Amino acid sequence: MKRRAIRSEPLFFERNSRRVRRQGYLLPALDIPEVEPSDVLPAELLREPDPHFPDISEMEVVQHFHRLSQLNYAVDEGLYPLGSCTMKYNPRINEQTARLPGFASLHPLQPQSQIQGALRLIWELEESLKTITGMPGATLQPAAGAHGELTGILMIRKALEARGEKRDVVLAPDSAHGTNPATATFAGYRAQEIPSADDGTVDLGALDRMMDETVAALMLTVPNTLGLFEHQILEIADLVHSRGGFIYMDGANLNSFVGRALPGLMGADAMHINLHKTFSTPHGGGGPGAGPVTVSEALLPHLPVPKVIRGDDGFELQWEDPASIGQMRGFYGNFLILVRALTYIWSLGADGLRSMSDVAVLYANLIRHRLSGVYHLKYDAPSLHEVVFDDSIQTRSEVQNIDIAKRLLDYGFHPPTMSFPLIVHGALMIEPTESVAPEEIEAFCEAMIAIANEAESDPELVRSAPHDTPVKRVDEVRAARNLKVTWTPEDEA
Amino acid sequence: MHPWVGAGPEDRRHILAELGLKSIDDLFASIPAGVCVDGLDLPPARDEDWIRHTLGDMASSNVAMDSIPCFLGAGVYRHVQPSIVDAVLSRAEFFTSYTPYQPEISQGTLQVIFEFQTLISRLTGLDVANASLYDGATALVEAVLFSHRVLRGRRDLVVIAETIHPMYRRVLDTYTEAAGIEVVIVPPGIDGRLDPNSVREMAGDRACCVAVQSPNFLGIVEDLPQLAVAAHDGGAIAVEVVTEAVSLGLLAGGGSFGFDVVCGEAQSFGVAPGFGGPHLGFFACAPKNLRQMPGRLVGETVDEDGTRAFCLTLSTREQHIRRAKATSNICTNQGLMALAATVWLEAMGGSGLRELASSCFVRTEELKRRITDVGDPWRIAYPQSPTFNEFLLVGPGNGKELVERLASEGVLAGVPTTDWGGSWPDGVLVAVTERNPVTDLDALMGAMERLS
Repeated sequence: MKRRAIRSEPLFFERNSRRVRRQGYLLPALDIPEVEPSDVLPAELLREPDPHFPDISEMEVVQHFHRLSQLNYAVDEGLYPLGSCTMKYNPRINEQTARLPGFASLHPLQPQSQIQGALRLIWELEESLKTITGMPGATLQPAAGAHGELTGILMIRKALEARGEKRDVVLAPDSAHGTNPATATFAGYRAQEIPSADDGTVDLGALDRMMDETVAALMLTVPNTLGLFEHQILEIADLVHSRGGFIYMDGANLNSFVGRALPGLMGADAMHINLHKTFSTPHGGGGPGAGPVTVSEALLPHLPVPKVIRGDDGFELQWEDPASIGQMRGFYGNFLILVRALTYIWSLGADGLRSMSDVAVLYANLIRHRLSGVYHLKYDAPSLHEVVFDDSIQTRSEVQNIDIAKRLLDYGFHPPTMSFPLIVHGALMIEPTESVAPEEIEAFCEAMIAIANEAESDPELVRSAPHDTPVKRVDEVRAARNLKVTWTPEDEA
Repeated sequence: MHPWVGAGPEDRRHILAELGLKSIDDLFASIPAGVCVDGLDLPPARDEDWIRHTLGDMASSNVAMDSIPCFLGAGVYRHVQPSIVDAVLSRAEFFTSYTPYQPEISQGTLQVIFEFQTLISRLTGLDVANASLYDGATALVEAVLFSHRVLRGRRDLVVIAETIHPMYRRVLDTYTEAAGIEVVIVPPGIDGRLDPNSVREMAGDRACCVAVQSPNFLGIVEDLPQLAVAAHDGGAIAVEVVTEAVSLGLLAGGGSFGFDVVCGEAQSFGVAPGFGGPHLGFFACAPKNLRQMPGRLVGETVDEDGTRAFCLTLSTREQHIRRAKATSNICTNQGLMALAATVWLEAMGGSGLRELASSCFVRTEELKRRITDVGDPWRIAYPQSPTFNEFLLVGPGNGKELVERLASEGVLAGVPTTDWGGSWPDGVLVAVTERNPVTDLDALMGAMERLS
């Protein structure tokens, strides 16, 4: 991100205002006789030329996006400690393998003999994820973490149906990601919240009271959104299983224990894995992600179709399976994201993956150590890959978490997550990841300490931040009140 | 030690000393012993050359679409790919950033999405569009669930054209089964087009939604104005699905004919076929239903100085605020793919997009003419029905056999309908784009003649 004198870039629709003909791309020459579309197609179905869809030259397009890019902060610029999002380095070799023509220019409906390499890649990644989680089955179909959650809950639903049971409740702790209850509702369940105990983990007594024959599953994030490991995980899983329920594990935080613990041993029946978190695929300004799901024996029969099967004559796609939940999306998953994830796993290898988790946890604890006392730590249980402070020290001088976040922008860092966990008011949820150098972590801590000092000495400076960004504080309330989600020709007047 | 881990052994020792710990193991003491392992049974680390060779070999054991004359479509198309699209996508400012929750340092991503929403809105003929969805199939799912919500769950029937991509219908079945929504299928008439009267009868006054695809799975352009009327007669929401977005360069979007939702797949706008993903779902509707729309949305506003700025808006519909009451559980969009489509569309421009779509159309007409001239044993299944850039070809054998025999003649002739079923003849869906020069047409015709 470059701090430029020019703070805004005109919209595409505001370019070439005289609406003259320019050209942004030279199309292949028409080497066959012209046919007038209106001679063949019903005239009333044809599009009228749109005077507000301008034509601009190639360099205008390039400059437009280059300038826009300079208004963005990115992982390559500095620490991006968004809790729960795992904004780690996106290796460049991943980008190269995903662009190999045999992957990028492959059609999903080519004859099976022409797609053996792609099917093998899917199979290899499934095998790797099964090893990493200690679970016997996997599907790579889900397009994102939330989509993986839905896939898992639908499999649980199918397994219950197969047992002839109808249960209608899904439990999740009050610290859960918002997608958990949203997924439960979307899958036709009633979402119910379990309160957290004083140490921030699941209240086993409350679970005992709520876990009855109406409960299909418990959705559990491990470690939870406070970065705390559910130390009673085995008791929790036993309790849920003994009453006929399933454990859905939200794998958003898998990156904190790869090579140290296995969800399969924790009693997980289904778990999604965000490849864009633990396995380094780029966040892309908000997607595409990928949310593969690994499953226990109990859910194996219900995996989505198509499945990749290894046969005697190579790999094949199995489209039909009566016990399956069906198909969750078009084709076989965000394939080019899967290529990146396998590249990452193979590059790091067994020891590299483990040291990834080790250093992610080490850095989070370094931040916790340096900022404790400067910022308030509501739950002081040992944390893994992320640490959640709150703004209760700073609110004494009427500075809130949002102000601290905006002031961090002036110091050149992306702020932590603030929108959850909901059980921490004024949360500052910090996840550093393992990628950066220790000096970057230290610089971030110094910035956080400087802001805490400013909050006491000059709170207005913090409250009025940011001061040094391409735009000043953006009026989000106005955006929601006067909704304007597209440019219209009237804007030109 | 690995280059993607920022702290070396000495760094780790220093940090442990500051924390007063002896070993990194101490940091994991909260994990119960019963779930722990000591390492993984995976291969050791590999260098870049090894990776490049191994994955390179895997990739080249596939047959890339660019390597032989190719007429594959059926929802995934091979269009021109300006080099600037990948150049923009490769900028770290775009691909290594995340959801623009902090608008002050995300105006680049936010303005791109605002432009994407506007482009989709103009192409579909509807006033609002979201920041994208996973893909075309899940966009149809979201459109059906949206209709169910808009009519407040009082109607549990959806009417779906059989000529919607069969895979989209399979995906829809997965979700409607869970939601307790009944799906009825309307087959096409003998000309491969939907009869508005059959749609009207099927929907009655019980359907929350009537969904049609145009051009349909058989490549045929539907009578959208009459279908919108047929859906609305019984009070249903009219949904158009588009699987070949380039058709919108030549054909008006359903919004111009009264459709309430136009959604589908925009892979054609500069997104690689990529063996089926990541692709780009889109969703447009009328402003009155904006609050029921799924997915992220960017709005225009101002900053403290009154400068125009953009930010995510109406997140009160979304899961991170609304939790169990959200309109959908969708969390991410396909941000980078929406960027690809925006760069691609802006490089084409309005005139270029029209010219490109015409080029697809003209080449398709030429191929159809040649096939008709050759005649027996080859025929076009619906010769009288208007198509955009795809049609159903019938020949000596079922579709799957034909595709395999033509492949051994060195041509990827299309997608067989054999495994999808349907009330149409078993044949090959042949798609033609601006990237099929006349030599491709010659190659296909030659291969077909050798099979006759």
